[in-house]
Amino acid sequence: MPISRRELLQTLGAATAFVLTGEVAWSALRQVDGQPAVAAPPAPDAAPKEQHQWAAVVDLRRCDGCKYCTQACQATHYLPKEMEWIKIYEVEDANGNRFFMPRLCMQCENAPCLKVCPVGATFKSAEGVVLVNQDRCIGCRLCMAACPYEARYFNFRQPPQPPKNFNNPMPEFPVPQRRGTVGKCVLCVHYVDEGKLPACVAACPMDALYIADLNTRVMTNRSGETYEMSRYLSENDGFRLKEELNTSPRVWYIAGHGQTIEGEHWS
Amino acid sequence: MLEHMQQADLEETAMRPIIRPGQFFWVAVASLSILVFMALVAYLQQLKEGLGVTGLSQRVSWGFYIGDMVFFIGISYGGAMTSAILRLTNAPWRAPLSRIAETMAVMSVLVGAVFPLIDMGRPERMIYLFRYGQVGSPVLWDVVAVTTYLTAGAVFLYLPLIPDIAACRDRLGPTAGRARELLYKHLALGWHGTPAQKHVLEWGTTVVAIVIIPLAVAVHSVLAFLFGVTSRPAWDSTILAPYFVVAAMFSGVATVILVTAGFRWAYHLEEYIEEKHFKYLAFIMMALGAAYGYFMFAEYLTEGYKMHQGPGSILELLLVGRLAPLMWFFGIGGIIVPILLVALPWTRNIPGITLAALAVVLAMWLKRFLIVVPGLAQPLMPTAVVVYWPSRVEVAITVGAAAAIPLLMMLFFRLFPIISIYEIEEIAAMEASRREDAAIGSVR
Repeated sequence: MPISRRELLQTLGAATAFVLTGEVAWSALRQVDGQPAVAAPPAPDAAPKEQHQWAAVVDLRRCDGCKYCTQACQATHYLPKEMEWIKIYEVEDANGNRFFMPRLCMQCENAPCLKVCPVGATFKSAEGVVLVNQDRCIGCRLCMAACPYEARYFNFRQPPQPPKNFNNPMPEFPVPQRRGTVGKCVLCVHYVDEGKLPACVAACPMDALYIADLNTRVMTNRSGETYEMSRYLSENDGFRLKEELNTSPRVWYIAGHGQTIEGEHWS
Repeated sequence: MLEHMQQADLEETAMRPIIRPGQFFWVAVASLSILVFMALVAYLQQLKEGLGVTGLSQRVSWGFYIGDMVFFIGISYGGAMTSAILRLTNAPWRAPLSRIAETMAVMSVLVGAVFPLIDMGRPERMIYLFRYGQVGSPVLWDVVAVTTYLTAGAVFLYLPLIPDIAACRDRLGPTAGRARELLYKHLALGWHGTPAQKHVLEWGTTVVAIVIIPLAVAVHSVLAFLFGVTSRPAWDSTILAPYFVVAAMFSGVATVILVTAGFRWAYHLEEYIEEKHFKYLAFIMMALGAAYGYFMFAEYLTEGYKMHQGPGSILELLLVGRLAPLMWFFGIGGIIVPILLVALPWTRNIPGITLAALAVVLAMWLKRFLIVVPGLAQPLMPTAVVVYWPSRVEVAITVGAAAAIPLLMMLFFRLFPIISIYEIEEIAAMEASRREDAAIGSVR
């Protein structure tokens, strides 16, 4: 029986899909295999073609727990008090030292929240920021259960409303938040793309927060202290949270002397 | 002559709730309807004000609703499994139970399948699950598994019902009223009990019975994956899927016992459902309870021996911490006491077995709560454990859902025979012919 053109195309399409899936699976495997043992930003040639790949660095030696970052974030995004897209934890380490640890969204390369979303409402922007399309989100909250950093927040009630002329929510600037959907730190990409600092970075009086770009490998803070990211991280023993989960976060931390975070008992 | 009388009796008993249900029926329907109505009112309030009316918080973002979903879909499984396995193993004693079990299976999965919607922040976007569905998400696996299972369950209930609907059509005729007469006529699909029809029916029922077992396993496995795919220490366990499957069967068989006891008493089915039926079901329940207890022991021993910080602190919370009273109530009241009630000959009777089943059903609901809530209350970041306390809305919706199952069953039995006339007759005929064969054999 002769094969019609349509059938042939369908077969070819299926074969291509098969090859592509195989390719994706293979690259996923390779990624796991080739995971660098030491947390370091990817080399420039491996970085995606986009102009910027946003990331962040938190210097724990400087944070004094003032929470100006949280307040600035909540004011910028019109968030209720319990929604701390950047949250300050007070941690006691194994040696009994107390210190403060800001937690923003880790913008994981391998984001568990993104994987479990049933409707594709959570996505990674071309610049590597994990965003939520609140017009799509059905509010099942599986992403909140899946996030190992507790960085996601659900709008249980009607969120505070900004002035009327402000009302143009989009994933990059989700203001106002939508009731019944999930929201999270967006690394203020709408500011960053315009060359401004994220609200939390701009508000940090201790200069503990840095915005970074993995493409140019530059990190900078409110006062304009600017470093070559990979060298700064390796010289100061930069690390990422819960490296063992293989989420590959884009937020690096620099610990103070004697501070230990990994393997701590959180309670 | 005698056989004819027996048949008339059987039809009379099976159809009594259809013809004249009695005052008790209306009282029961009214009180169950009030509970369901209160749940509806509560849900309307939640729709209006958002999920903020629940006791949920940013950390414990799942609570009663997700536990209810797992519980109600779980008990459905027990009804379908009991009926399917007994059908496939040709257990003759199943005949008077299968209708009740299958109806319970369909009604409880209907109720259970509503809970994901109730829990959703944006229920009006449900259609997005189909429009933008992501195959990588366990939520989508649940949608596919539950809808498939619901369809199979409905077919599994309907097929053996066809001859009984035909019996209603033939026996009740126009006395049943115009609407029901039409309903019976169409749903009976022209059944006249010809050998060819019987052959097709038997074949079809067997196929569905075979299909429904792996389907039910699949449904409960993917429900477990909803939790198992996260990095939460309490749920990060490879045993979760089989654990959920056994839990579903255990609670399901207990529910079958419970509803059977209820309908037997209320609908006077003592002649057909005897103590032996309860004993057989109780043995199945006991075996499943032992299996579930074993799974739990295996999980807790290996975790407790190492006491790694994540699972270890959950274990502490459950066994000696704030939730210990609930956990021990579950272990003793939900597993040990029911097993003893069935194992000891003095309590192995209808009241004892019904009591055991009631304990299992309540305890298994509690166990679902103990799986969902501590798994979320346990912090992943350096903060304290968060306490979850359900709101009145959540309690009202849960109670209403529990009431909806017997209500739906009663309304169903208002239309269709509560015990399978056809199956009882078929099995009686089979046994009669077997006796005849044996008699002929002995003469030779």
